[in-house]
Amino acid sequence: MERTLADTIREITREHLEKNNGLLLGQAISAVGWVNNTVPPDCSGIIELPMADVAGPGIAVGAAVVGRRPILVIRFQDFIFLNSSLVINYAAKAKDVFGQVVPIFVRAIADEGKGLGPVHSACLHSIFMHMPGMRVCAPMTPEEYEETWAVFMANDDPMYVSEHRRSFGQKGEMPDIVIDNADITIFSISAARFSTLEAVEIVKQDGIRCNVIHLMWLKPFTLSSRLLEPLESSGRGLVVDSDFAICGAAQSIAYELMTASGLPVKALGREDRSSGAAHHLEVGTPSSLKIAQAIKDIVKIGKKVRT
Amino acid sequence: MSLATLGEIPNLAESFSAEESLEMFRRMCLTRYFEMRLIKAYKDGLIKVPIYLSIGQESISAAVATMISGYYIFAQHRAHSVYLAFGGNPVKLIDELLGLPTGCSAGMGGSPSIQDPDIKMIGHHGLIGENVPLAVGAALGAPDAGVVSFFGDAAAEEDYVFASMGFALTHKLKVLFVCEDNNLSILTPKSDRRSWEIADATRSIGMPTADIGDDPWLIAHYTRQFSSNLPAFLNCRTCRHHWHVGTGIDNPPEWDRFTLVKEQLDAFGLSSRADKIEAETKQYVENLWNERLPILSGK
Ligand SMILES: Cc1ncc(C[n+]2csc(CCOP(=O)(O)OP(=O)(O)O)c2C)c(N)n1
Ligand SMILES: [Mg+2]
Repeated sequence: MERTLADTIREITREHLEKNNGLLLGQAISAVGWVNNTVPPDCSGIIELPMADVAGPGIAVGAAVVGRRPILVIRFQDFIFLNSSLVINYAAKAKDVFGQVVPIFVRAIADEGKGLGPVHSACLHSIFMHMPGMRVCAPMTPEEYEETWAVFMANDDPMYVSEHRRSFGQKGEMPDIVIDNADITIFSISAARFSTLEAVEIVKQDGIRCNVIHLMWLKPFTLSSRLLEPLESSGRGLVVDSDFAICGAAQSIAYELMTASGLPVKALGREDRSSGAAHHLEVGTPSSLKIAQAIKDIVKIGKKVRT
Repeated sequence: MSLATLGEIPNLAESFSAEESLEMFRRMCLTRYFEMRLIKAYKDGLIKVPIYLSIGQESISAAVATMISGYYIFAQHRAHSVYLAFGGNPVKLIDELLGLPTGCSAGMGGSPSIQDPDIKMIGHHGLIGENVPLAVGAALGAPDAGVVSFFGDAAAEEDYVFASMGFALTHKLKVLFVCEDNNLSILTPKSDRRSWEIADATRSIGMPTADIGDDPWLIAHYTRQFSSNLPAFLNCRTCRHHWHVGTGIDNPPEWDRFTLVKEQLDAFGLSSRADKIEAETKQYVENLWNERLPILSGK
């Protein structure tokens, strides 16, 4: 049977715990399905944290100081405002301040769309891009997760891994789509990648042709030809993210792409309002319909030639 | 010894009037039958939001609410019982669970984020235990009002909970802290999380503390005693019947306080009055549900 992303995370974790003397720390790890089956049951090195949302992650950071390369599981990304003081202020800064490396692997899981209300449905990687000292990425496929892990193990930096529950069942890879005579290039992040692929099918009916570039690395962010060439040939761009738009990854990356290419690149992220419990009040990843509308709006502006 | 009887005081229940005993029971019935009808609606697919059930824990807020009134209320996610026991309008809670604009949080909150200015119940956003510093801040800002703060045994572990209790003690703030200690954080038992009791911590700093079962007479006794000497802490050992979220059940609960209370009322010769209250309350909430549910289908 083809492995899912959840299987991949679990097997990477198992190897880390069994062979590397690694640690995994988090709340409610064992009791409810081992974090969507991403944690190997009953391995040594699993620490059930008390519900101390400030101290718990701090304890994980302390274990990173002495080289255990802990995996810290955050079951809902919204908790990071509580969880991240020692991650942002210590793990991410100690290398600059003390020459002390603090390699911690933060698995921050986003969720949405289940009536979860205002503090269980966000996706918040952007604020970690904002602060110095962390690598930030959002792997959505098995091979991307393996790459993430390999980079973590090959380096000494703390890493913020923005996961999304929508991706845990993902089996294959998600290759970029680059076509001739595309009207627009869409750069997508996190669960917005799934919605983008649906949106591309929707706008196809209007004769709009799209390139799709999947963005997994958010920081450090490299402006490679893989990103710029399709943008330059299509003449317009759109960055779509599951996180909020304002001051978020989408706006920041759109800015980088725009200044590098001189082409119009728009940003689309989560709406600027609180999520509610009832379905009609929820806020989440831009829907495929919303992305499709954004694509149509940009394409309508007309193709700009690079100046 | 079962934790059900922790801190028992012999013949305590007899010192309460029949009216007080039956009033506590009535408030327990409200939650029990409200939620039993909710479970049916949920299983019928009519409730689309996650629900956090209080069944099994009803006696705690029922007893506290019978003894104090006019307090600001800061509860946690498992708060149908708090809302109903303190006189919240059940229709507004039904509407909230149905996601209607007429719900107590206009559909924004669902089951875990109930608010109602009519009963001074301040909404809980969903981050566990943060209701405790909020409650303490309210007591600081409104020193003439009483404040009651309900939270769980897992919430008690949050960094900011004990710190807030300590602040309340330092500043002699009028807060009654009530821990609904069901021994569980989602499904993780306390023994997997910690080796200490929050009641020992509060005692050690000199806060009036009772670590007891969920016998409503015992809870009412301490609520009355502590309310003139706040801040104080009541830790109540209780049994949640259902899963953390949703209607599932793993094992039968170790005890069911609702049944034990009925037996006690029976022993006091109050069974016919209790039966009448139970039947009337059940009918009352069922009628409300039956009136509101058709709104969903536009009938
Ligand atoms: C700050 C924070 N951390 C973790 C969670 C996830 N969570 C929601 S409820 C819960 C357990 C709460 O247990 P307890 O406080 O004992 O209340 P109970 O559900 O038992 O009534 C957890 C861990 C959360 N919502 N907020
Ligand atoms: Mg609990």
